[in-house]
Amino acid sequence: MKISTFFYCLKQGIKNIRRNKLFSLASVGTIAACIFMIGIMYSVIANFQHMIDTAEESVSVTVFFDEGISQDKINAIKLKVEQRPEVSDVSYTSADEAWEGFKKNYFANNPELAEGFKDDNPLANSSYFEIHLKDVSMQKSLVTFLKATDGIRQVNYSDATASAMTDFAKMVGYVSMTIIIVLLAVGVFLISNTVMIGIAVRKEEIKIMKLIGATDYFVRAPFIVEGIVIGLIGAAVPLFGLYFVYQEVVKYLAGQFQSITSKITFLSSHQIFAVMTPMALIIGAGIGLVGSMITIRKHLKV
Amino acid sequence: MIELENVSKSYSTGAPAIKKIDLKVEKGEFVFIVGNSGSGKSTLIKLLLKELEPTEGIIKINGRVLNTIKRKRIPELRRDMGVVFQDFRLLKDRNVYENIAFAQRVIETPTKVIKKRVPAMLSLVGLSEKYRSFPKELSGGEQQRVALARALVNNPAILLADEPTGNLDPKNSWEIMRLLEEINKRGTTVLVVTHNREIVDAMNKRVITMNKGVVISDEKKGGYLYED
Repeated sequence: MKISTFFYCLKQGIKNIRRNKLFSLASVGTIAACIFMIGIMYSVIANFQHMIDTAEESVSVTVFFDEGISQDKINAIKLKVEQRPEVSDVSYTSADEAWEGFKKNYFANNPELAEGFKDDNPLANSSYFEIHLKDVSMQKSLVTFLKATDGIRQVNYSDATASAMTDFAKMVGYVSMTIIIVLLAVGVFLISNTVMIGIAVRKEEIKIMKLIGATDYFVRAPFIVEGIVIGLIGAAVPLFGLYFVYQEVVKYLAGQFQSITSKITFLSSHQIFAVMTPMALIIGAGIGLVGSMITIRKHLKV
Repeated sequence: MIELENVSKSYSTGAPAIKKIDLKVEKGEFVFIVGNSGSGKSTLIKLLLKELEPTEGIIKINGRVLNTIKRKRIPELRRDMGVVFQDFRLLKDRNVYENIAFAQRVIETPTKVIKKRVPAMLSLVGLSEKYRSFPKELSGGEQQRVALARALVNNPAILLADEPTGNLDPKNSWEIMRLLEEINKRGTTVLVVTHNREIVDAMNKRVITMNKGVVISDEKKGGYLYED
């Protein structure tokens, strides 16, 4: 394609949008509605996922060692555990640190009681690892590994919490997948209806172009430009709306449910829109592209 | 220039539209194809444009055998032919200038050339003043002249006109015919499908008469033979 032809097609595509204002407006509206819904769904799902991740981070496995184990041995075990794929981080608490923590918790009001244990740490064998996982669903394999490891006396973990969380995360995944599929199906249906109207307008035009001797790509190019531009506008409009709505909703929720928000944090609008902006623009351009391709494909056979 | 050998075209429903036609049009000829509706005239034009495929027979245009042209090569074939239709078929959303320029854009003519060529065509058809008008602002005769300018802007070897005066009053019809004759004098082969008896009789050109899909007469300097 010559450069002048490329610019001609680009210009024609943009002119087409103005020539068929009503049709363009309907298409932009349809795509905008679609992307608005997908955007809302994404915000909800991303926040859910974020909350689950946060909760998962608080789940940990605690490991106690055999009595009289040497510090070298403990260090060796730490090294081994850290290399496991399930592990995100391992924090070591020595017996002395454990006792300090215990004192703070239980003898805060009468430190003299704790003085009696001064030289005889009652938690002498209570040095431990607190292991955080990358993913709660991996807990089982890690526990099996830990139990088989030499030098480890006891592994404390909550199977119920972990499996409940895994199930919950799975459920959220399935539900959101279903909703997004339904939304996309609705979107495609709406677009195909809009496109049907477009066909009636364009049929004659495409036929004339072909009879004059236009190649398929020459006929198609302006339509593709038109579709993509409409798709991008259709994506940009709801993005502005969503940006505003999201901030307001988060602010509102944080104000209304302060007791919950101390435990739950929402994703910032930056985090949300860093993903949502390209996602929406790609979906918008994609819908526009597919829509215009479908519109003209049938009529190119002249 | 145009050659049909034993060409037939039948649609899936009903009788064949064209039956075993043999036809030869030489370079630079001016030919009328006449006949009443249903005689197969329009089917003939569609076959020449490769809008339709013949059921049997061979069609040759300008040395190309249409039967074997691949779909991708059809545009090249059509660029050798200018076409004018009864219903003008202008692009409604573009002005006169853009309608004519479109035929040049299609073959990727540089804009510089387009800017010279389109005004030349406009003055040939006498519409220089109206280059910014849209089709709906023009009379039927003016629209057909735009269509003619579009058909000629690329200097085609052949001009096909399918009932070019079908929607026009006698004055405009004669205007179009005068232009077609002028174009023919400049060397373009012109093929006009019509049932305008008055014009055919007056112009004294080659007349091919069709009836029910068959050529019933071919006169070098003829008149409108067929009786309705």
